[in-house]
Amino acid sequence: MALKASKLTVGDTHTARLVEDLKRTQLVQYAGASGDYNPLHTDEVFTTQVAGYPSVSAHGMLTMGMTGKMLTDYVGDARLTKYGVRFTSQVWPGDTLDSTATVKAITDKGGEKLVELDVKTVNQNGVEVLSGYAEARIDP
Amino acid sequence: MAAKTFPIEASHILMFARSVGDDNRVYADADYAKTTEAGGIIAPPTFPQAVAQFDPDYVLRPKPGKPWFGSGKNPSGVTREASGGGGGNGGGLHAEQHFEYHRHLRPGDVLTATTLPGKTWEKEGRRSGKLIFSETVTEYRDQGGELVITARGVGVRTERPVDQQ
Repeated sequence: MALKASKLTVGDTHTARLVEDLKRTQLVQYAGASGDYNPLHTDEVFTTQVAGYPSVSAHGMLTMGMTGKMLTDYVGDARLTKYGVRFTSQVWPGDTLDSTATVKAITDKGGEKLVELDVKTVNQNGVEVLSGYAEARIDP
Repeated sequence: MAAKTFPIEASHILMFARSVGDDNRVYADADYAKTTEAGGIIAPPTFPQAVAQFDPDYVLRPKPGKPWFGSGKNPSGVTREASGGGGGNGGGLHAEQHFEYHRHLRPGDVLTATTLPGKTWEKEGRRSGKLIFSETVTEYRDQGGELVITARGVGVRTERPVDQQ
């Protein structure tokens, strides 16, 4: 299932739906697993009445984690060598996210083939919520 | 900064993968994982973030007997000025996160995380006033002392909540 350099072309894309109608419970689930209990992600009372936001919002790292599934489903298990992102807009309960990896370059490093990917995740309004890159080992 | 010990455990990987909606059995089923290229259970790419569980002083976890800024009887358990990390007016947000994987994590690994302070810089934000960015670099080494993951995080503190436009 690994990607092959011989079958990849710059500009190729892979898109996946990460989540549909994101639930607050998933934010609780992520808080528990990651250990990040910032009330901004799980405590509607604090977030609206004290912090001044309209609602709780997702951990940036949850969006990065969900986007990571799109990447590993595309490049295969244990193939990623780099993955980095900027969080460009907040993600809210109810959001539906789609993510795309675009082949930016195919490189050779010490006899090993690597693919460089641009990574972008958008919400249901087409607003970018995450922008980044990844690099993965691929077959020849 | 202090080094933290981060034991990588299969049940934690299972729960973490579930929480990001990743049902890939390479994170959950040891027998299946053996048949894959990974050769056994590995951790998902963003799992190193869960090192927070093993930081005794992590500010975004309630601790017994200590004030907590989330709601209880009142909308916040502490006054705004004292709320410290995260959230709200002047609060902290996660701006960027970068990982380099020298190899992938497996249950049984025991990592030592060493966090080094990085750069700090300022920018005038369109939607939230002055932005103060600060970077931290965390190196995760395994039980053999090998560098396995390099993580770089950028946090940002804002003058006011981000405008929702």
